Amino acid sequence: MMGLIQSGLNSIALAAMIPLQPAAASTIADGVDKLYLILSGITAFFTILIFSIIFYFMIKYRRRSPDERAPETHTSMFLELAWTIIPSLICVVLFVWSSELYVRNSRPPNASTEIFVIGKQWMWHLQHPEGPREINELHVPVGVPVKLTMTSQDVIHDFYIPAFRVKKDVLPGRYSSIWFQPTETGTFHLFCAQYCGTNHSQMIGWIYVMTPTDYSAWLAGGEKTESMAQQGEQLFSQFGCGNCHGGGDTAQGPSLAGLYGKPQRMSNGQTAVVDETLIHQAILTPNSVQMPNYKAIMPTYQGQVDEEQMLQLIAYVKSLGSEERTSGK
Amino acid sequence: MSDTVAHGAHPPGFAHQFEDMTQQREAGNLGMWVFLVTEILFFGGMFTSYIIFRTLHFASFEAGSHLLKVQFGATNTVVLIVSSLTMALAIRAAQTGKRKGQIIFWLILTMFLGALFLGLKLRYEWYADYVEGIVPGISWNSGAHAPGVELFMCFYFFMTGLHAIHMVIGLGILTVLVIMAARDKFSSRYYAPLEISGLYWHFVDIVWIFLFPLLYLIGGRYQ
Amino acid sequence: MSMAIADLHEAPADSSVNYLNATYGIRSWLLTKDHKRIGLLYLATTTLMFFVGGGAAVLMRLHLIEPQGALFEPETYNKLFSTHGIIMVFFFMVPSIPATLGNFLIPLMIGARDVAFPKLNLLSWYVFVTGCIFALYATLSGGVDTGWTFYPPYSSSFSHTHVVAVALGVFIAGFSSILTGLNFIVTIHKMRAPGMRWFRLPLFIWAMYATSLIFVLGTPVIAITLFLLGLERILHVGIFDPAVGGDPLLFQHLFWFYSHPAVYIMILPGMGVVSELITAFSRKKIFGYSFVAFSSLSIAVISFVVWGHHMFVTGQSVYAGLVFSALSFLVAIPSAVKVFNWTATLYKGSISYEAPMLYALGFVGLFTIGGLTGLFLAALATDVHLNGTYFIVAHFHYVMVGGAVMAYLGGMHFWWPKITGRLYPDYWARFAAFMIFVGFNLTFFPQFVLGYLGMPRRYAVYPAEFQVLNVMSSAGASILGVGYLIPLIYLTWSMRYGPPAGPNPWGAKGLEWTTSSPPPTENFKEIPIVTEDAYNYPTPEVPRV
Repeated sequence: MMGLIQSGLNSIALAAMIPLQPAAASTIADGVDKLYLILSGITAFFTILIFSIIFYFMIKYRRRSPDERAPETHTSMFLELAWTIIPSLICVVLFVWSSELYVRNSRPPNASTEIFVIGKQWMWHLQHPEGPREINELHVPVGVPVKLTMTSQDVIHDFYIPAFRVKKDVLPGRYSSIWFQPTETGTFHLFCAQYCGTNHSQMIGWIYVMTPTDYSAWLAGGEKTESMAQQGEQLFSQFGCGNCHGGGDTAQGPSLAGLYGKPQRMSNGQTAVVDETLIHQAILTPNSVQMPNYKAIMPTYQGQVDEEQMLQLIAYVKSLGSEERTSGK
Repeated sequence: MSDTVAHGAHPPGFAHQFEDMTQQREAGNLGMWVFLVTEILFFGGMFTSYIIFRTLHFASFEAGSHLLKVQFGATNTVVLIVSSLTMALAIRAAQTGKRKGQIIFWLILTMFLGALFLGLKLRYEWYADYVEGIVPGISWNSGAHAPGVELFMCFYFFMTGLHAIHMVIGLGILTVLVIMAARDKFSSRYYAPLEISGLYWHFVDIVWIFLFPLLYLIGGRYQ
Repeated sequence: MSMAIADLHEAPADSSVNYLNATYGIRSWLLTKDHKRIGLLYLATTTLMFFVGGGAAVLMRLHLIEPQGALFEPETYNKLFSTHGIIMVFFFMVPSIPATLGNFLIPLMIGARDVAFPKLNLLSWYVFVTGCIFALYATLSGGVDTGWTFYPPYSSSFSHTHVVAVALGVFIAGFSSILTGLNFIVTIHKMRAPGMRWFRLPLFIWAMYATSLIFVLGTPVIAITLFLLGLERILHVGIFDPAVGGDPLLFQHLFWFYSHPAVYIMILPGMGVVSELITAFSRKKIFGYSFVAFSSLSIAVISFVVWGHHMFVTGQSVYAGLVFSALSFLVAIPSAVKVFNWTATLYKGSISYEAPMLYALGFVGLFTIGGLTGLFLAALATDVHLNGTYFIVAHFHYVMVGGAVMAYLGGMHFWWPKITGRLYPDYWARFAAFMIFVGFNLTFFPQFVLGYLGMPRRYAVYPAEFQVLNVMSSAGASILGVGYLIPLIYLTWSMRYGPPAGPNPWGAKGLEWTTSSPPPTENFKEIPIVTEDAYNYPTPEVPRV
């Protein structure tokens, strides 16, 4: 039924040379499109209903003589309740439907390839876990779930791929993430959807969805680089992080092995999960995530670690957690 | 707020758009209450943000709170509470039909206490902070304090600064009241301007009653 | 416009002394405490701001005819859409109906001589003008490019434009809203004529009361937020700054805490106007008076707890998203109740189609579309795709322009004879209403499709596949633009040359129609005593055949 309406709409649009629907190329897209269609149906139904009633009344009850008077009609409690309760029920159904879909869409599958994204005025930097970097382009294999971990170097941006129906703000000082699983190969738009300054409309790019073989060839074809975790490991020793966080009895800070993803008690009595944002905070504003049992002696690395290095350090810390070490491959 | 249009048989201070004095007085009072609701929302945004960030940056906010001069904050709290009393006494004097000298005395005492509050705050808190280098954006000794402390000091200066602006406006209103009192405008039948200005003054006082513990005291200083 | 109004003094309408010719000269206008004259001062100011904001919109639509941008550099385009948004929202839509029609009508409708605090009323106009001057100064001296939403850290640390001047302008204009709202609340509570009980009040008054509540509760929050933003820009440190542990998202929370209710500041008065128009032109009591009245209040209350639906894609928690989504669906119910009640009011009416009624019916239709498309954005799953695209642009223009501006024009045409004592040519008025309706739909309907296709808003250049729909939209905008100019011409013409209107040209109910047109300065010779409900249109002595 749904497909029928859709193909009907598409053929009308084709005839008029106006596209009515964007490409649908991820596992998320179908569900969103269905809900969109239902909502369009409800909108069309009530709009036509109201317009028809108004037109009917306009003609039927038009004033026929200047001193004509209207009879009194009384407010009907039945009608009032009906048009309060029926829209309420429709809203409840829509709320449950859309929320269920949203919650499902926001949970990434466990085994996702993780790609890191940095937004800056006015370009997208992307880095694959295997090491290759891209600018304003992202190559991904079809049929494999991909998770993006994103941050911004300056203002708020928004990573938007219409064909996948995914979008998320990219904020400075925080890490946000989205995931998608492409269902067909092809080239799709990447837009920045949060106004970010002069060349906001040029902060765009392309997503290349490739067959797994093409993707492996693409990965192998680029210049050989170290993986992000390896790059992070080098930074780790370069900044001397291991002096305190290397583990062992004399260590002045917590060992980082297996720490990622675990809840930790903080000095302020709260419990926080060690995630990207917390690692970021720990490096830039150490005493904001002070742990008990350790002295507040860690200096800030503000101005010494840039966003790209930060992501590499995060990738390294994540690789120290045993369950994460294998999944990136 | 009241139109003094000469209207044959009407009492002093009566405005033409009203039917009688009661309606005018009720309108004036309601107007001030609505205005105070606005003011609560005005400060409310900052209080809410403060509470959220205090939970997020607990340690830094505690450290920041220790930088404040609690003895002057406490003195100022007493000064303001007493000024609310003198304001109430000024209204009482008008209500009970006392001589204008008595109204003026209480008003000027209120103004003196308000000025004392601002003076102490400026000289022994803000100026001292400036010298110490704990004023974000103007004089900030970045080596000595963590960024979170700077955030706390931002809140401290925004909130106490906004409160001080309200104090200054209050002093302006009191000045007008003193002039009106000197010109024999008030009587036991007409003292609405005193009453609604009093509401404002008490409100500014109450804001400080919230600011003082939130900024100075709950930093874990007395654990 | 105020110059032309002053000309009226030479030809008093049907009553020898009225508020327009009681005193003469510029001073008598600039120092007036008469709520009717203050309403006209607002009318002149907001009309000027409307055409400034509208001019920016026309240039934007012309620019977007070509994918690479037909006219400007991206920087200029960014300034245009920012100017358009800031001027239209803060300096036209927010004060439009409340400060012009509200000021003029509230005392007349409740049977009072003036608002409770006339001096404060004049002060709010001066405060508003000061705000306008800041905004216009910033626009003329290089503009601002942050969008009307002023999101930091772009606005606080990265933009090189006049952010502080504009934020200050909005801050100042906010106080004008607060004072106006305060004045209206006290006036409606304390100044009603004898017998004018709450449930005898015209629905316009209920709507203005709900609007005033939002003015008083919401405006201070955006005032303090913009104040903090300005300070942060000057001092380079503040609570929205991630470098010291602050949070740019806090700005968005505080901003939308006001700016979502502000949407209802713009639409609620329109709903009030439409209730007046539909009853007057169908000669019927409103269907479900108390439901329409209380839906205004419940919209005002719920509007304060839905702000999070602007932030579904910012990374706020899933649970916060669910709560805000549910609350946003909730606000749809009272809006639906209003639409159904207006439609039911037409039933068995005696309906005539003068221009104000055309605007009112246009409002009902377009607001229905605007409201229903809101469901797409309350629903989390679809909002993720549509947020930040042209779908949003289309949706809020259907509510704000198709809804609020239609109602404003309808109200202006309805009460114009009362305000000026003159009639305007109805033929031209109907023609303009029709043009505006057609032009509006042509402009904004294609934008729904553009949004679903994925075109982000605020794009100075765009991929070529979106061109057809953009050209359609621009073509519609040119019709809409002309549509808005026509009323300006014939309404101005009518002030001097229009035939005298008489006290009640529409045969409408309501206290404002019982006094002469234009009303005397003191509104009523004798304060009326109210003995009947609102919209008490008489039933026929002879049943209709």
